[in-house]
Amino acid sequence: MTSGKHEARSAGSADSFSLVDFARQSIAIGESELKKLLRDPTELFSRAVQPILWLVIFGQVFSRVRGIPTGNISYLAFMCPGILAQSVLFSAIFYGIAVIWERDLGIVHKLLVSPAYRGALVFGKAISAGFRGLIQALIIYVIAFLMRIEISLSPHTILGVLLAVMLGSAIFSTFSLIIACIVKTRERFMGIGQVLTMPLFFASNAIYPLELMPKWLLIFARINPLTYLVDILRGLMIQGGHSAYGFMFDVVILGSIYAFLVVIASKLYPTLIQ
Amino acid sequence: MENQSQDNKSSFAEDTAIQTMNLTREFGQQTAVDRININVRQGQIFGLLGPNGAGKSTTIKMLTTLLDPTSGTAIVAGFDIVDEPAQVRRRIGYVPQMLSADGALTGRENLMLSAKLYRMPGSERAARIDEALKFMGLENSAKKLVKTYSGGMIRRLELAQAMLHHPVVLFLDEPTIGLDPVARRIVWDRLLDLRRDYNMTVLITTHDMEEADQLCDELAILHEGRVATIGKPAELKAAIGPTATLDDVFAQCCGVMITEGGNYRDVRQTRSTVSRLG
Repeated sequence: MTSGKHEARSAGSADSFSLVDFARQSIAIGESELKKLLRDPTELFSRAVQPILWLVIFGQVFSRVRGIPTGNISYLAFMCPGILAQSVLFSAIFYGIAVIWERDLGIVHKLLVSPAYRGALVFGKAISAGFRGLIQALIIYVIAFLMRIEISLSPHTILGVLLAVMLGSAIFSTFSLIIACIVKTRERFMGIGQVLTMPLFFASNAIYPLELMPKWLLIFARINPLTYLVDILRGLMIQGGHSAYGFMFDVVILGSIYAFLVVIASKLYPTLIQ
Repeated sequence: MENQSQDNKSSFAEDTAIQTMNLTREFGQQTAVDRININVRQGQIFGLLGPNGAGKSTTIKMLTTLLDPTSGTAIVAGFDIVDEPAQVRRRIGYVPQMLSADGALTGRENLMLSAKLYRMPGSERAARIDEALKFMGLENSAKKLVKTYSGGMIRRLELAQAMLHHPVVLFLDEPTIGLDPVARRIVWDRLLDLRRDYNMTVLITTHDMEEADQLCDELAILHEGRVATIGKPAELKAAIGPTATLDDVFAQCCGVMITEGGNYRDVRQTRSTVSRLG
């Protein structure tokens, strides 16, 4: 036995972290998820319904109120990035359901027995959530274009929007994965998912400016990642829009939140099956 | 028997594939696995038998690094499951009791995902995948979505996934549960072939006395988290009487027939597995 252990130690020290392997494994997971998504895209179309309702009905009615201070841009243009952020949030936050489904089957067991990095398994899921986010963005661009909302169509702002959407999707899907690892059953997850989405949405600058908020709500809005995602999108997506905090600040905040979530999720993911 | 395996503990033989050393797992106040000592030689097909809740699944989860032991440890394929889980993972294959193949992907796509997660070089992947598909008789179904497969085909695909990287030890949790007799026989034959062609060590958990009797070289019967008895099927039967069956051995060890026992959760899990595979 001693010789066996000794051998293990020496082989183990050669087993250092490889970024290339990490990337390959993450992409392999993301790729599989993307294949499944493209094979059955009904989910993507059903997800388009909600943003259409918000922009066409809520947006058109509220743009007549004129009591909401949106600066020099129309209310519809103001809320358009907010609705994009919302649909990113709503599609990513229920990601944990799929993870629990995979756990109930045995797919999670299979992944965890493989020598893949636990972080890569978690990151791969975020990549696929990012793809979903991109399709949400495409849908909202089309709706906004049809509604003649003053969106910016320059390539670099679109690229910026897409990157921000991927980061946002990664954050909320990883957050969702963490909840899934804690609650472990679909029933409990659905309950928590419902409880979380609306407060995250309303305690943000998605459909009204932060200046209108009472002080207590403002505290929540400031620690809500959705606020910073909306801020980036508002600065990039619409003509004449500007970011209140500055892109650098938003990216640093969101990036730090994501890094923190990935570390937690990588630790919790193996406990999902216990 | 237990003493014997404890004596072996100090001398880790070259041809030992699995050796557990007082392997223990507690869940709160409950001890699911209680100081288990078993020894599996390279190339053996070893069966873990026991009623529901005897600790079979917990043992297999610990040996496959999915669950940390509360105390004790095990050497699997030459590496310690607690100290070197990453090394163990590279050298084992695992087919969980539940459905682990992804129904929304094709057979080949399922294998490709595994090949990438096991760091197989790009130049080797296609050849290895073809080899595994052929071995399991799935060449003609490789491009079909797994949700169109029969239960037996899914099991064989899962075996193909588990053998893709030529593991030293293969762990199978109830490998033939819910399969019809023909599909079950095919799985047994493939396992025997894997042992013959690759000298793979196979550890299975099972409820199926016929499977234990015909397939396994050696058996350990677990009862309430402990090893109740261990030995070759023929020896275990002979120790009880000339006409004894494994059922008799089982009844003597556990005081119950294997068909009894099992709580709501076990029954639900088994049934839902069966309905998914069937």
